[in-house]
Amino acid sequence: MSTLVEIRDLWIEGRSDETWSPIINGASLTLNKGEVLGLIGESGAGKSTLGLAAMGFTRDGVRISKGSVTFDGIDLIAASAAKKRELLGKRIAYVAQSAAASFNPAHKLIDQHTEGPVQHGVMSRAESMKDGIELYRRLRLPNPEEIGFRYPHQVSGGQLQRAMTAMAMSCRPDLIIFDEPTTALDVTTQIEVLASIRDIVEQFNTAAIYITHDLAVVAQMADKIKVLLKGDEVEEADTRTMLAHPKEDYTKSLWAVRAFERPQKPAVYTGATPVVSVQNVSAAYGKIPVLHDVSFDIHEGRTVAVVGESGSGKSTTARCITGLLPPTKGVIEFDGQPLPANYKSRNKDQLRQAQMIYQMADTALNPRKSIGEIIGRPVQFYMGLTGKQKRRRVEELLDEIELPAAQYFDRLPSELSGGQKQRIGIARALAAEPKFIICDEVTSALDQLVAEGILKLLARLQDDLKLSYMFITHDLATVKAIADEVVVMKEGKVVEQGPKHDMFVPPHHPYTDLLLSSVPEMDPDWLTNLLNERGVDNIGDAAVDKMS
Amino acid sequence: MHSVIRIILQRLALGLLTLFVVSVVIFTAVNMLPGDFAQAILGQGATPEAVEAIRKDLGLDQPPITRYFQWLGGAIQGDLGNSFAQANFASFVGADSGVRTTVAQQIAPRFANTMFLAAVTACIAVPVSLVLGILAALFRNSVFDRATNVTTLTSISSPEFFLAYVLILFLAVLNPLLPSLSNIFEGMSFGERLEKTLLPALTLTLVVTAHMMRMTRAAIINLLASPYIEMARLKGMSPMRVIVKHALPNALAPIINVIALNLAYLITGVVVVEVVFVYPGIGQLFVDSVKIRDIPVVQACCLIFAAAYILLNLLADILSILSNPRLRHPK
Repeated sequence: MSTLVEIRDLWIEGRSDETWSPIINGASLTLNKGEVLGLIGESGAGKSTLGLAAMGFTRDGVRISKGSVTFDGIDLIAASAAKKRELLGKRIAYVAQSAAASFNPAHKLIDQHTEGPVQHGVMSRAESMKDGIELYRRLRLPNPEEIGFRYPHQVSGGQLQRAMTAMAMSCRPDLIIFDEPTTALDVTTQIEVLASIRDIVEQFNTAAIYITHDLAVVAQMADKIKVLLKGDEVEEADTRTMLAHPKEDYTKSLWAVRAFERPQKPAVYTGATPVVSVQNVSAAYGKIPVLHDVSFDIHEGRTVAVVGESGSGKSTTARCITGLLPPTKGVIEFDGQPLPANYKSRNKDQLRQAQMIYQMADTALNPRKSIGEIIGRPVQFYMGLTGKQKRRRVEELLDEIELPAAQYFDRLPSELSGGQKQRIGIARALAAEPKFIICDEVTSALDQLVAEGILKLLARLQDDLKLSYMFITHDLATVKAIADEVVVMKEGKVVEQGPKHDMFVPPHHPYTDLLLSSVPEMDPDWLTNLLNERGVDNIGDAAVDKMS
Repeated sequence: MHSVIRIILQRLALGLLTLFVVSVVIFTAVNMLPGDFAQAILGQGATPEAVEAIRKDLGLDQPPITRYFQWLGGAIQGDLGNSFAQANFASFVGADSGVRTTVAQQIAPRFANTMFLAAVTACIAVPVSLVLGILAALFRNSVFDRATNVTTLTSISSPEFFLAYVLILFLAVLNPLLPSLSNIFEGMSFGERLEKTLLPALTLTLVVTAHMMRMTRAAIINLLASPYIEMARLKGMSPMRVIVKHALPNALAPIINVIALNLAYLITGVVVVEVVFVYPGIGQLFVDSVKIRDIPVVQACCLIFAAAYILLNLLADILSILSNPRLRHPK
């Protein structure tokens, strides 16, 4: 096998406030023709930067300070911009994390597809169009003849991600960089995209660098894996060796995250009044119905996980409980008392009892207020504490979430990491001393190790304060870790509910089964086996359609 | 497509409502001007009887509300009333010829001239601004970018009459290429008309270019951090293509709005330039009419100005909507 990409001792720096700080410290890698390398690490590990550097590309404010990048004998660092443009798109292509943001909203898919081949002089527009339709077909996009003539906003996320893979293939490149191509997708959609990418890369014998933070995903895709931590290379080995015998402690800790699981709590005695009881709730946005007859109970000190794909009505249910979206039918009871449908008609105590923690801690915290003010606000509003008492209470809360008060009280949200911000979100919810907290995808924007820390914190708080959680998530590993009971939702309906141990043991509702079986496992043969089991033409969409 | 038509109809209705509100404001404001036509024309030696007679003749003795609705009713039917200044007051001596000049007759040729000047200016200024804006975005932070910025900012910051005299100095006096006076009359050939209009049009170009060019540049640069622009670069597209093909189509909405605003300015705000070049546009007529309290003409001019603003902004809204594929092609 001949070498396609060779990176030697590469140092990359990024600029922040007038100084250059290191992003990549002396990374090296070799990629042969037709080989797939998995790059894994947490956010901030420099995966994307390294992936782009393999294309000879750096983002604004980033520079290569030392080292070499060679592509098929061409020195990409010394090459002129024009020379690099000749290679980009034609011999080296890129598939971005969010296809929805990376397709130009102003042009049709097929026009964006043919742009590369036409501009690089590889094919005529007509040829490339025909080829594009053929690629769409191979990537199993629905209506391959017609889908290219749509605008990006008219196509779903999973389909866009495949269209982007087709676009990357349009010039038949030697190398494709996949930058977290499935991170933004639901598990069921992810499978189709993974299978499509794997097939097409095999068919055309394309080399690829596959960037992700999800080990199980990379296990399906890569021939060999490289682990990065804060710009340093941790280790590299072929996939099977890496999965079976990780050498470094950091790699082992990544492998171990998925093992966190709370012990099962004893069953609630029958007849106990649930803290929150959702009874036959239906709701609509305008005239479009989104929830149909949803019912479930949440008991004291318990966690109910609500799972489902995006658009299944999980967050809408939360909006109904908090009174942001009054249901069209049904009632919500709190401690056995019906709550007014609209939050405006609820009294302060009713509002206090149910708090919320949001997915994006970034946008849920006021960037201009200090941590002390953010947490102090509900302390004052609900508890009526001011001055010294208020400060003491905020310090207690910071203590509770394991952030030293002396250090964090006066900081701004922008000075915290993602996990720390999420902790502030938790402290703000606790400040109201609620009985019940809705956690809306609170860990899905976080790295696995950080997410595990948040889950452990939430579990401890639940034990200490007898809190009840409604835990909205699409990640079944999280469900396994923290839930007592599970509610599975699909298209605004509850398709299955029950204690966690029942949910993870067959027989399931077919939809639960589909969700469960779609969660990638660490076994490198998992995807192949699964596709064989389902039959290649029966994956994803098709499978869902068949069941409903 | 239906949603687009609905949005357009909504905007149109809103535009009409705005025009109505503006008509009330115009009428009130004009009535608050000190003195009236009768006093202005008769001068200091006027007898109260004569003033009263003229007021009665012109309907100024009616209560304002009645006059407003008479005026509005006429305006809706296209009748903007008769000009006071051109009225024949011979009726006082019993010799009324019965001929009166309507406001429409007086405004029409002036308005046509103004539109001609605005059109010529737009034909020069809009392409120049767009090209300069695109080039400035392409070569951002270069010497070219800075030079363009400084030049256009200097020209927008200088008083219009000063720019006009500088142009006259260079293009009419030192190098007699263009006439310095724009005396336009009916029956001129298009070529002659264009030649006479060119200098005021160039002056106005200097005035409006900066705004449009800077918005073009800013709107494009604003998008350059988008993932789809990075994608275009990673497809190996040339910088020019990235900007023209990938950034510009998404930057159209703000650019269109600024162009509309400047075109409206060209129709309504060019009195100074008209005076310098003695260009017979609507601006001069407006100022003269205010001076002699020729209320029907003043009101009609204001209404036309307001309508121009509303129509151009409406047009900009519609074009912005059409430039957005999400609205053009709903899911």
